[in-house]
Amino acid sequence: MSSKKPGMSLARKEAVYAYLFIGPWLIGFIIFTIGPMLASLYYSFTDYNLAYPPKWVGIDNYVHLLTQDPLFWKSLQVTLYYAILSLPLGLVLSYTIAILLNQKIPFVNVWRTIYFLPSVIAGVGVTLLWVRIFNPRVGLLTPILASVGIQAPNFLQDSNWVVPALVMMGLWGIGGGMIIYLAGLQGVPTDLYDSAKVDGANIFQRFRNVTLPMTTPVIFYNIVMDLIFTFQYFTTVYVATGGTGGPNRASLFYNLYLYQNAFKYNEMGYASTMAWVLFVIVVSLTLLVFRSSSAWVYYEGQLRGRA
Amino acid sequence: MLTTDSKHFISSSIRRLISGIKGQELIIKVITTFLLAAGSIFIITPFLYMVSTSLKDVNQLRSNPLAIIPTESKMANVAGKDEPLYSVTLDGEKKEMALVKNLPEGKGIFVDPTNPAEQLTLPIKDQKELRVIEIHWENYPKALTSVPFDRYILNTLLITFVTMVGMLFSCSLVAYGFSRFRAPGLNVLFLVLLSTMMLPGQVRLIPMYVFFQKIGWVDTFLPLMVPAFFANAYDVFLLRQFIMTIPLEMDEAARIDGANPFQILMYIILPQARPAIIAVAIFHFLWAWNDFYEPLIYLHSRSNWTMAIGLQTFDALYTVNTHLIMAASLVMIIPPIVLFFLAQKVFTQGVVFTGIKG
Repeated sequence: MSSKKPGMSLARKEAVYAYLFIGPWLIGFIIFTIGPMLASLYYSFTDYNLAYPPKWVGIDNYVHLLTQDPLFWKSLQVTLYYAILSLPLGLVLSYTIAILLNQKIPFVNVWRTIYFLPSVIAGVGVTLLWVRIFNPRVGLLTPILASVGIQAPNFLQDSNWVVPALVMMGLWGIGGGMIIYLAGLQGVPTDLYDSAKVDGANIFQRFRNVTLPMTTPVIFYNIVMDLIFTFQYFTTVYVATGGTGGPNRASLFYNLYLYQNAFKYNEMGYASTMAWVLFVIVVSLTLLVFRSSSAWVYYEGQLRGRA
Repeated sequence: MLTTDSKHFISSSIRRLISGIKGQELIIKVITTFLLAAGSIFIITPFLYMVSTSLKDVNQLRSNPLAIIPTESKMANVAGKDEPLYSVTLDGEKKEMALVKNLPEGKGIFVDPTNPAEQLTLPIKDQKELRVIEIHWENYPKALTSVPFDRYILNTLLITFVTMVGMLFSCSLVAYGFSRFRAPGLNVLFLVLLSTMMLPGQVRLIPMYVFFQKIGWVDTFLPLMVPAFFANAYDVFLLRQFIMTIPLEMDEAARIDGANPFQILMYIILPQARPAIIAVAIFHFLWAWNDFYEPLIYLHSRSNWTMAIGLQTFDALYTVNTHLIMAASLVMIIPPIVLFFLAQKVFTQGVVFTGIKG
């Protein structure tokens, strides 16, 4: 290839093309990510309600949030409660189902389709469906539980039950995580199983010593993504509680409270403070998971290095 | 009768089957299928409930929410009034009679509709109520016309389609840039791109809202559409991982023939990246169709609402009409389901997830 423009080396030309192609993202990154992030950091130190220009208040918002806003702590508690219930349950269930779906059984694609389907349609329609299933008058759950002698609570109207009910809704749609585990399981080289079999390893030993270590990177990926997702949890609880986070704020998730501050109370500065506190929490938790990962995540490179 | 020999033969062959590798595999298959079948009940039941509820009326729903097939009492006309029919057992013979009057102590007066003079007083609970299938198809037109769902569906399709075009166009360019070129700072920028996947959207939400408000875009589709033309980390990542697997030879051959990088992208890369492009297009459709947060924030006038917002508001207005809510919800989830079945392979065989592991 001959360089038409004098003074432009091949490497420089390649670099120009590279930046030309990634241009759309780079421009968008500056306009829609970096710019807004800096602006929201600024807003977080101001009193701002759209009608008047932002008024600098220093760290007042942060002080108020951390020391005088019980709802902030409540929303943090609700979000963490949801995470503690749903992350381990979701992980074990979706991993187990992925293992089952990775067996050579008849109609395996039909089974995969069934289990993946709910995650495809996640949205308002599905939330409304579950709201009805939990409804004591017209729902499914109350009569089913009654038939085995259990007096069902009014799930979504009971402050002890609303978060577990939301967890249950979420578990119905674990197909997204499951399909990623399935891809991870399919990536485990079959010769590892073959040699384990030759060595006389039974099914549980094969799982413990081959499957599990080889899929820890995927487990790690899913944990990080689920953690971030939980702090953004919004649509389901907004639809299920009509945007209130009720009953008695028992389902006031962090992101819902942030939304209320911004778009219901028009406290743009305070909501930005919440956004930045959320950012710090998510980054710290993610770093914590990353830190711990060297202890339990197994990368193939390490295997080769040792051999 | 089995002889001792054949008994021994059977038991030993079962034992051999259980202890052998073949046998172990068979048992695993049986247990796996059983567990999957049991678990699928929890997946399928809510769907059945949704379909069946959407075809009932309020009374049917109240009287038996568990009934899968909507039924109603079979009625008969007795002296100008509709009365419920029962199957009455008389001297071991079954006869259809109408219940015309409830009496104390759970008894009732039954009448033969063909011969109203014949009256019997019997305990009601010993007789079997006759039911007929009564499906309320009219719930669908009723639900869909009670609020302008046609408008909401059109808005949703428009936003979904425009953002899909923008996303595919920009993400293909960016993925190509990150997979086929070397330039100073490019690797660092790729890491930056990856890290934006983990960025909680809230930290940029408010300034973006303020910005769109200032330029008069709030309550238009533009805040939802325009950012799609500036690529996003997920789709760039998936496309880039796929492009990396396309051999370089054809690029080289085209370049020797004088093709510029844009032509190589158009005629060499994109045709070969078709599976990945289809996959990200499908994921985008599902995401845009179900998106709730952004339309909630940006679309204020009723005429601009998307299906997700319209459905949520419909629920708030008509909340006691469970059957209508379920009909409208079902209409909303049908396009994703149809798409899912059309493109099953993309999901079940994990075409695009290969880049995630490790």
